Amino acid sequence: MAESARQTVAVTNPQGFHMRPMQAFVEAAARFAGTVSVMRQGKPAVNGKSMLGLLGLVAEQGTELVIEVTGPNAANELKVLIEVFERNFDD
Amino acid sequence: MEIKRGIPVSPGVAIGSAFVLETEGIQIARRFIAKSQVGSELERLRKALAGAGADARTNQEAISAKVGKQYGAIFAAHAMLIQDPELVNEIEQLINVKNHAAEYAVSRTMRRHAKALQSLNQPMFSTRSSDLFDIEKSILSHLTGGQQGDPLQNLQGPAIILAHDLTPSETANLNPRMVYAFATEAGGKASHTAIMAGVLEIPAVVGLGQILTDVSGGDEVIVDGNRGVVILNTDEETRERYLGLQRQFGNFAKRLNELRDLPGESRDGVQTLLLGNIEFPQESAHCIERGADGVGLYRTEFLYLNKTEDPNESEQYDAYMAVLRAIGPKKPVVIRTMDLGADKLFHRTDIQHEEKNPCLGMRSIRLCIKNLELFKTQLRAILRASQHGNVRIMFPMISTLHELRQCKMILADVKEELDEEGIDFNPKMPIGTMIEVPSAALMAEELAKEVDFFSIGTNDLIQYTLAADRTNEHVAFLYNAGDPSVLRLIDQVIRAAEKHGTEVCVCGEMSGDPIYTILLIGLGLRQLSMTPQNIPEIKKIIRSITIEEAKTVAQEAMRFSTARDVNSYLREQTRRILPEAVMN
Repeated sequence: MAESARQTVAVTNPQGFHMRPMQAFVEAAARFAGTVSVMRQGKPAVNGKSMLGLLGLVAEQGTELVIEVTGPNAANELKVLIEVFERNFDD
Repeated sequence: MEIKRGIPVSPGVAIGSAFVLETEGIQIARRFIAKSQVGSELERLRKALAGAGADARTNQEAISAKVGKQYGAIFAAHAMLIQDPELVNEIEQLINVKNHAAEYAVSRTMRRHAKALQSLNQPMFSTRSSDLFDIEKSILSHLTGGQQGDPLQNLQGPAIILAHDLTPSETANLNPRMVYAFATEAGGKASHTAIMAGVLEIPAVVGLGQILTDVSGGDEVIVDGNRGVVILNTDEETRERYLGLQRQFGNFAKRLNELRDLPGESRDGVQTLLLGNIEFPQESAHCIERGADGVGLYRTEFLYLNKTEDPNESEQYDAYMAVLRAIGPKKPVVIRTMDLGADKLFHRTDIQHEEKNPCLGMRSIRLCIKNLELFKTQLRAILRASQHGNVRIMFPMISTLHELRQCKMILADVKEELDEEGIDFNPKMPIGTMIEVPSAALMAEELAKEVDFFSIGTNDLIQYTLAADRTNEHVAFLYNAGDPSVLRLIDQVIRAAEKHGTEVCVCGEMSGDPIYTILLIGLGLRQLSMTPQNIPEIKKIIRSITIEEAKTVAQEAMRFSTARDVNSYLREQTRRILPEAVMN
C-alpha cells in the first residue's frame, strides 16, 4: 500500500545544491521503487530521480526544498534520502 | 599575412593544412515521421542513448587513466545525464506525440535545456550548457549511425584543426599524431578543452574571436601555442622561420636524449638551473623527460577551477604529493598559492564579484588575504607536503611590503596550528614572492630582506608596466618583453636580490623565449623556469656561451632605448650562437 512522507530541508552550503551531492541524491533516489519529488517554492515540483530536473531548481545557498517520497516504505526511504542529502555536503 | 591573437593554452608550434570543423556542429533537419514509424523510431533512440552512454563511460575510463580521476568525472556526469529519465521522457514525447524524427527530437530537447542553463547567467551553470552540447553531439552521431562519423576521427592526413569550439570529449579523443595543433574562436584558459590540450601536449590557441570566415579547409596555417598566435596567408620569411622551428621539434627526440642528462652549464662552467612550469601533477613527467632541475612554478589554480566547491585540504595535499613523488625528494618544487581572478574565474561567486577592471581588482593574493579560510586550507596542505620533499612556497601578485608581511604572518599562524595538532611539516620551508607588479619591483630591496627567493613573473610585469593587455589586438604591440622599461625593472630586482643574498628566478614566458636567454644570463640570473618543452633549446643556448659573453651582450642591450632596437640586437646575437633558435 502506497504511503507518502515529506520533509523540508535547507541548502546551507555556499555552493548551493551542486553537482556532487546531486549525483549521489539521484543515484539513491533511482534505486527506490516509488516516486521522489523535490519542490522549491514558486517552481513546479521536479522528479528527484532526474539530475536535469534538480539542476533546473537552481537551489543556491539558503534555499528550502521539500522532498516528498510516495510508495512502499516511503518513510524509511525519505530517511535515506535526507541522509544522503546532508552527508554529501560535507567536504 | 594575417596574425590572429588568442590565448595560448598548450605550447608548441605547428605549420600545416587547415581542417575547418563545421561551425554549427551537426546540422539537423526538421524532419517528421509517420505514426506507424513511432515504434521503430523509439527503438533507434534507445540504441543511440545506449551507445552515447557507453561512449561517455569509455571516455571516463580513458581520461581517468590518462590524466586522473577528477577529469574522468566530467564524463561520469555525462553518462548520468544521458540516461536521465526526464530527458529521455521528453525526447520520447516529441517522437510519440509530435512525431518528430529522433534526431530532431534530441536536438530540440537538448538545446532547450542548454539554453535554459545558459540564461541563468551563472558561470557554474553556463559551463554545464557546453556539456549538454557535447552530449547532444554524441547522441546524434549514434543516431546517424556514424554515417557522418566524427570528422575528427576520420582525418585524411595530419592537420591543424580550426573550430568555433571543441567539446572536452572531442579534445580528449584527438590523436596527437594526426592533429598537429588546434585553434578555436571560443574558449578560455580554464576550460575543460584547454586542460585536455595541455595534458595531451597538442599545441593550442583558444579565444581567437572570429577566424573561421577567413580560412578554408586546406589553407596553410601556423599555430604558435607558445605565444597564442595563429597566422594565415603566411609570408615566405615567416613560413621559413616556422618551418625551421618545426624541424627542430622534429629532431626533438634526438635533442632530448643528447641534452637531457647534461647540466645547463655555460662554456666556462657556470650552472643555471632550468626548471619547469606546470599546472597539473601529470605534467611533472614532462619536466622529467626534459631533464628539468625541478619545478620552478607549480600553478595551483586548476585545483579550484571547473569545480563546484573548494578543493579540501586532503585533495590539495594529494596533488602536491603526486608532484613530489614524480620529481623526487631533492629537486626544488615551488608551489605558488592560488592566483585566481582576472582571466581565471572560479565558482565562488560569493567572494568573487564582477569588476570593472579585474586585472586591477580583487584577484590572487588579495582574494586569499580576504578569505582566510580558503587561504589557510591551502597553506596547511602545502606545509604538510613540505616534509616530503624540497618544497618552497611562493606568494603571487604581491604589490606592497605590508601584503607580504601579512602572508608571512598567516603562514606562521598556520604553522602554529599544525604544531598544536602535532602535525609534521618542514619549519624551514623557503618562502618566496613573485615580482610581477611594478611596485614590487621598485621595492625589491625591502622585499628581499623578507624572503628566501624572488620569482619574476614577466607576463604580468610587462602588462602592468606598459599598461597593455596582450590579448587586446589594438594595444598588443605595446606589450613587449624587450621593452627597456621592463629590462630596467628586472635588472633592479636582480641587483636588490644579489645585495641581500636572495635567490632570484624568472618564470614568465620570457624565460622560455630563446632570444632573451643570453640577456637574462648576462644580467645575472642563474635560475630560469619555463614550459618544460622549452628547456632543451634554452639549455643548448646556455651551453654555447660564456658568462663574459653574456655580460657583454646584456650591457649592450641595456643601452638601447626602444624595444625594437633591443629585440633586433638580441635576435642577432642569438642567431650568431644558435641560428635555428631565432624566429620572430
